[in-house]
Amino acid sequence: MKTYTVYVPSDSASRSVGAEAVAERIEFEALKRKVHVILVRNGTRGALWLEPLVEVETELGRTAYGPVCVYDVPSLFDAHFYEGATHRLSLGLTDNIEWLRSQDRVTFARVGITDPLSLRDYEEHGGFTGLRKALKMEPMEIIYELSSSGLRGRGGAGFPAGIKWRTVLQSGSEKKYVCCNADEGDSGTFADRILMEGDPFTLLEGMTIAGITVGADEGVIYIRSEYPDAIKTMERAILIAREKGWLGQNVLGSSHAFNIRIRSGAGSYVCGEETAMLESIEGKRGVVRSKPPLPAIEGLFGKPTIINNVLTLSSVPAIIADGSDSYQKRGVGRSLGTQVFQLAGNVSRGGIVELGFGVTLDSLVNEYGGGTRTGRPVKAVQVGGPLGAYFPPSSFNISMDYESLLEAGGMLGHGGIVVFDDSVDMLEQAKFAMEFCAEESCGKCTPCRLGSTRGAELLGLMAGGINIEGNKKILLDICEVMTDGSLCAMGGLTPLPVKSAMLHFESEFSSKKGELR
Amino acid sequence: MSYVPWSKDEASRLLSQTSVQPGPVLISLQAIQTFFGYVPDAAIGLIALACNVTRAEVHGVLTFYSDLRTAPPPTHHVRVCVAEACQSVGSRALEEGLRDAGLGYEQAFCFGNCALGPAVNINSKLMGRASVDSVMKEMNE
Ligand SMILES: Cc1cc2nc3c(=O)[nH]c(=O)nc-3n(C[C@H](O)[C@H](O)[C@H](O)COP(=O)(O)O)c2cc1C
Ligand code: SF4
Ligand code: FES
Repeated sequence: MKTYTVYVPSDSASRSVGAEAVAERIEFEALKRKVHVILVRNGTRGALWLEPLVEVETELGRTAYGPVCVYDVPSLFDAHFYEGATHRLSLGLTDNIEWLRSQDRVTFARVGITDPLSLRDYEEHGGFTGLRKALKMEPMEIIYELSSSGLRGRGGAGFPAGIKWRTVLQSGSEKKYVCCNADEGDSGTFADRILMEGDPFTLLEGMTIAGITVGADEGVIYIRSEYPDAIKTMERAILIAREKGWLGQNVLGSSHAFNIRIRSGAGSYVCGEETAMLESIEGKRGVVRSKPPLPAIEGLFGKPTIINNVLTLSSVPAIIADGSDSYQKRGVGRSLGTQVFQLAGNVSRGGIVELGFGVTLDSLVNEYGGGTRTGRPVKAVQVGGPLGAYFPPSSFNISMDYESLLEAGGMLGHGGIVVFDDSVDMLEQAKFAMEFCAEESCGKCTPCRLGSTRGAELLGLMAGGINIEGNKKILLDICEVMTDGSLCAMGGLTPLPVKSAMLHFESEFSSKKGELR
Repeated sequence: MSYVPWSKDEASRLLSQTSVQPGPVLISLQAIQTFFGYVPDAAIGLIALACNVTRAEVHGVLTFYSDLRTAPPPTHHVRVCVAEACQSVGSRALEEGLRDAGLGYEQAFCFGNCALGPAVNINSKLMGRASVDSVMKEMNE
């Protein structure tokens, strides 16, 4: 009897729109109709607007159907979709879906294609090539490759990864750590989650390369508690890696020891700040530490520590495997390689778009995103999470790279882009930014702790039409104090969404508005 | 979700595993909450003792993290994402609708489902493109 391979994603976004029911129904129908189906639960391809996206293996390649609802499954079987037949939901060959085909997947090369926890799939798709190569290289050679690749931190600050690793390598300590920041607290971002759920071994490989490079034998992944599925997948991946002798006393049979464990967050945004994260891993309140000392010199439990974001570490295996040249020829200026953009919010085609730096905001929002989901005009986008700036469509020609965004008065952050239609109230959004800061501030410094509360109050008054011009002046003063006087970017960058909203949507913050209400 | 009723012996057994790990206070609190559904007052002294820290320190950690609760969770634990990406697709209206329907819920900041918002989490089950109807339906399942 012929067997057919069918893919249904098992990541939490796909399941949030019914992938589990679709998978169950496919198994049920297959049994009932005596069609021999092997069901693979892959990660999502990142085209979240097409989820649940069902694929079947055919001679020509994988063929896609979507978005599939549980009630569509019988008709898919009627049409013999398992042989790649056409159906109302046919999308053709997955590789030919323009939205996916035109991307440049490097960090996300395997995500959605493989079974996340199959080591065989992993190796067949190039897994371990980087680590095997790294085991034959000198630490300084690895760091040289990393530096030449141009890789910068994908968690928000954009610090060059090579310099960080070199600092840890050169610090004289017996004990060192590699910490992966998987706190991904920014609204509008989900790339870390999708990677951990869809290709967990890549992150483990990247961390292991970091460990053998700087001489650390212990890794910790700090995953936010809102991501229970990512935690589960990473835990299972670690167990598998240990069983196969990849992690443990002798990494891939070498003399290097490396182990990884997971710590779960507990619902605190500021614990994504690297030193607050260290405090949290140490079991304490997530209060930000003063720098210096840098974590690379005195980090976890006082030991030299590499702290990198999930995407930073997950880009390392490909960079080592294919060489820094291949990576750094992508991108623009000092923003080299690819960025995993995340299209979110009121967007028609949301999901993961990995491209070289330098694509325009317009291309992301309008070409990939297809405008708003509601069909109304785009009024604003927030780039870079809750601490990022709001931009109107008139500035959509911004090149999406670290420097251009800074110049435009924003920041790239973790690469999230949240789209709003014309029903959004920008004053309300500015107020929310202050409220969020007040709620999540660690409380260590006054400008952030008090400024945010006061800022939210003032915006509340302005929304009520009370002394708008006077309150606006005080608000701008507070923003200045927060920007200059905060210890970390929580308080330091909260003024960014507030001031950008005031700048680009001035009329909503003027006395006219009060009269209108 | 079902939790085990508070038992000092069970708690001590859990703590014997967590307290030996580096930086034990937070994971001890998390373990207690995962098992019993919340962190009862009686657990604080036990954790302090097991981790060799003061009660005040345990209390400080307990109050810092919004996940940690000192009373049992409601039978239906509903969390509604109220962060920006979900705001842009109507989380404020959803909140209003749920309030009108008399449903108690907690606010949450992002479940990483921001392309398929509004996101709602009911007893750890994540729902995308949630509406008052889909939430009420899930509640009645
Ligand atoms: C309030 C705040 C929240 C942050 N949240 C995260 C986060 O969730 N994930 C992350 O990787 N970095 C986050 N960062 C940035 C980290 O402090 C740090 O720069 C990063 O983890 C370093 O890794 P990278 O160099 O690979 O980006 C946050 C920073 C601040 C100030
Ligand atoms: S800016 Fe805010 S979050 Fe950062 S250290 Fe100061 S109080 Fe804490
Ligand atoms: S903003 Fe609601 S899930 Fe991310």
